[in-house]
Amino acid sequence: MQHLWLTAWTDILESLRAKWFAVYTLVFGSLVVLLFVLGLTESRVMGFTGLSRLMLTYIQLSMAILPIFVLITTVRSLAGDREAGVFEYLLALPVPLASWYWGKLAGRFLMVFTPVFLAMIGALAWGALQGAEIPWKLFGYYTGLLISLSWCFLGIGILISSIAKSVDVAQGAAFIIWLALLLFLDLILLGVMIQQHVPAETAVAIALINPMQVFRTGTMLLFDPQLVMLGPAAYVILDNFGSTGYMAFALLYPVALGTLTAWVGYLVFRRGDQI
Amino acid sequence: MIRTHNLHKRLGRRDVLQGLDLEIERGQRVALIGSNGAGKTTLIRCLLGEYTREGEVTLVGRDPRRFRTEVLRHVGFVPQLPPPLKMPVGQLIRYVASLCAADTRHMIDVAARLGFDAERFRHHPFVRLSGGQKQKLLIATALGRNADILILDEPAANLDPEARSTFFSLLAEREKEAVMLISSHRLDEVAALVNRVVELDQGKVVLDDRVADSVDLTSRLDCHIALTRPEPAFAKAITPWGFSARDDGTAWHGTVAGADRLRFLGMLSRYVALIGALELREIDDRRRSVQDRAHA
Repeated sequence: MQHLWLTAWTDILESLRAKWFAVYTLVFGSLVVLLFVLGLTESRVMGFTGLSRLMLTYIQLSMAILPIFVLITTVRSLAGDREAGVFEYLLALPVPLASWYWGKLAGRFLMVFTPVFLAMIGALAWGALQGAEIPWKLFGYYTGLLISLSWCFLGIGILISSIAKSVDVAQGAAFIIWLALLLFLDLILLGVMIQQHVPAETAVAIALINPMQVFRTGTMLLFDPQLVMLGPAAYVILDNFGSTGYMAFALLYPVALGTLTAWVGYLVFRRGDQI
Repeated sequence: MIRTHNLHKRLGRRDVLQGLDLEIERGQRVALIGSNGAGKTTLIRCLLGEYTREGEVTLVGRDPRRFRTEVLRHVGFVPQLPPPLKMPVGQLIRYVASLCAADTRHMIDVAARLGFDAERFRHHPFVRLSGGQKQKLLIATALGRNADILILDEPAANLDPEARSTFFSLLAEREKEAVMLISSHRLDEVAALVNRVVELDQGKVVLDDRVADSVDLTSRLDCHIALTRPEPAFAKAITPWGFSARDDGTAWHGTVAGADRLRFLGMLSRYVALIGALELREIDDRRRSVQDRAHA
């Protein structure tokens, strides 16, 4: 365990010095500032106003930005380190492979999640100073969803890094995966599929395995409990899961998927050439 | 200490190692030479357990892939190209020392002997050090712990002559109890350091020779050079070796590490038309210390 935390701590310090982390933090920090500047806390949508409204928008924007950011920065830095000879040197030291791999994942998770979370905390603190009511339930659930989404895409990113031997291949694969998941959101391809009379069960099954869609539906549940915005597919989801069941699913499924992909990545890493 | 039997490694469509058999015993200092693509780096990566392979590889009697931490505790490795680590010098030393259960003080001392003040640069990112400083630090982290298998990939390529001389002395301190595998493109770079030469070509051992172990790694040579005329290019080349000029720049004097003599003569050969006289004499340290004491 000592080696795992040592590797995690080293990765955290390396990330703090990296440009990607500065840009990543800046993007999420700026996002919150922008939402305040635009006066989003003053607007009202479907009965949501104040900080709830701001958090709702923030979480929707996070869904668009977080996955591609996590994927690209993870594969770029890990595949880049491998290509540049960092792995060759550090893996010649007596560190257990499991500690190295899971330590890197743990360190990276903290670095990916912290700026997103801190931006949300900053928004709450500022809102509270302005006298707005803090939506604790929404905050707790959205924090859980952000943890879940970050972990999921980190797992996918580290799997790609384990398989791909060059930065270009890793980056290309990460982009294609993100694009495929984006296309299978209800907004785009699922809408077309339903229009083309694809069975609702097929459309819903696709929606249920796509972590971005699961996240999106999960975030909708708190302000649209009947999932009116989702259309007829909502009946299948609510009949099978119920509102609370789906909220739990939206938290657990991406975590499970991220853990599974990270585990497969570990097996590939352990059994194959490490550099 | 190191054994490979019928070692094969395929990278893409190419058989990089083709049935390599090698046994290296304690006390042997092996030059691993060969042209680019001969398989030197691949062999090193197989020994470090970083590559999968077919065939048998053992270090201290164990497979480095199955028992990586136990095996790698014995190994000090210096890569050919320093990794672009952003971490500061102090953190790198602490990280390596912590993984190897070593004392950071010892690594800092070795770095100081090589002419690198690790304390002064402790907050400096490793990646922003000069090539020579990086090499010195990597050597310090490899030699500043109890590693009895030293795998060194072009270790002295970026070192100045003074640091090379110290590096040879550091190796000499371990020559009895350690195995050294020193990889290089050119034999003259490492010839004086080793007592065995293994040449690879297309993944096979094409030469495996024991060589006379007559060079003392700690020896030094007193050198006088007389030139036929002063030459600025010569002065520029010999000054980094610590030589100083007398007269009008036609007489030069300095000392050269014994193990570095071939490299030094290689440098001189570029100016052979200028050299009127050359004297290289091994310094007898025992006699010199007696004379020094008498003089005092």
